[in-house]
Amino acid sequence: MPGKVVTITSGKGGVGKTTATANIGAALASYSQKVVCVDADIGLRNLDVVLGLENRIVYDLVDVVEGRCRLRQAMIRDKHLGDLFLIPAAQTRDKSAVSPSDMVRLCDELRPDYDWILIDSPAGIERGFRNAIAPADIVLVVTNPEVSAVRDADRIIGLIEAEEKGPARLVINRLKPEMVRRGDMLSAEDVLDLLAVELIGLIPEDEHVVMSTNQGTPIVLNGKSKAGQAFRDIARRLQGEQVPFPPLEDQNSIFKRVSRLFRAGGN
Amino acid sequence: MIPADGEWDEVHKAILDHIDEQRGFFQGARLALDLGNHALKAAELGKLRDEISERGLTLWAVLSNSPSTEQTAQTLGLATRLTKLRPEGGTRPLETTLHSGENAILVRRTLRSGFSLQHPGHVIVIGDVNPGAEIIAGGDVIVWGRLRGMVHAGALGDEDAVVCALDLAPTQLRISGQIATTPQHRGKPQPELARIKDGRVVAEIWNPKGK
Repeated sequence: MPGKVVTITSGKGGVGKTTATANIGAALASYSQKVVCVDADIGLRNLDVVLGLENRIVYDLVDVVEGRCRLRQAMIRDKHLGDLFLIPAAQTRDKSAVSPSDMVRLCDELRPDYDWILIDSPAGIERGFRNAIAPADIVLVVTNPEVSAVRDADRIIGLIEAEEKGPARLVINRLKPEMVRRGDMLSAEDVLDLLAVELIGLIPEDEHVVMSTNQGTPIVLNGKSKAGQAFRDIARRLQGEQVPFPPLEDQNSIFKRVSRLFRAGGN
Repeated sequence: MIPADGEWDEVHKAILDHIDEQRGFFQGARLALDLGNHALKAAELGKLRDEISERGLTLWAVLSNSPSTEQTAQTLGLATRLTKLRPEGGTRPLETTLHSGENAILVRRTLRSGFSLQHPGHVIVIGDVNPGAEIIAGGDVIVWGRLRGMVHAGALGDEDAVVCALDLAPTQLRISGQIATTPQHRGKPQPELARIKDGRVVAEIWNPKGK
């Protein structure tokens, strides 16, 4: 079966596209899937840093497109997972160095040999976004539970529909159940109510994410992290599994812990 | 640029050939295409736009006699008129009067942020109008869904135009030259109709028992 191209995009910057790409990629690879992550954010590359592969880059996406190297030469194998590869973006060029049809050709070349091709889209709705979206079979839109991010996600979903790449699926990132409970943050329901697309992932705010990003180790490799679990759930849903969403209330609040202790004691 | 009529495949090729022949002239240009009666799908128009941008030009506007092509172009964020419909500085007297039922378009989808729907007649939407989307109509606007974006009815000066929605909560509501916003604290969403009464925009709750 030829591989599927999944583009991860958002419109707004800083909502966690790159973190999501790295972690969904790592999660899929941990389920013995062959995965290539492509960083389409030419000029502002990050994915190599998040995966901790920055110092191994020799060739990049633009080198492949302009014929300075073969595709395999630009692919970097992950430190932790043997089935995960990265094609880094060029840092010294800009988005116009690659065209949408270049991206389609590149992905068509990868499809026969890999199960998943994940594309990390740049922020914005210009050329870089169109490059990232051109080869996509599935589009994941990442948003935070904030009005501005949701507004941009709405715009992006509209553009994806216009390009006939829809329907997009939604990842809500950095949700703080405690704040939602107090009514200080949009809830997942509020976001879904406006965007009216299918939810594929609900990632709670988790300090481990920042730590793992800085160390260049994907959070999915940390078995204890809730965010890591949420990313693994996305990978399973992408593979067609029905995975229920865990309850959203804050299970770490003292009250809950105490009540659980009592219940455990009573049994 | 006004390409000839004929099969789209040929016309498509002719456009690109024409650009390639005169590459020096077209370099860096903003292109407005008059596509006459061709009815294009989003994929076809998107492909053409990408091919044009690969040649160093920007596809800026698409003019068309086909409403479906015009709408496709609008969804892709392209202009469909060389001059803007929006009247400069508010009200402008209407030259041709619109009558009820005349020249309306029906949109059966959700209008998302960034989408602009401009029509000289009436506009009917079955779906939501999200924040960041705008509707500018010469006549009335009816939304069977939640209206949360910007809406301008009677944009050509018709003070009798109305806006109604199942949940009327637009970021801004304009009728002719009058502007109103939605109050911050609203009760439960309910169908409302907004119109100009004594020189101000007022919204009235639709009440099946009243009157």
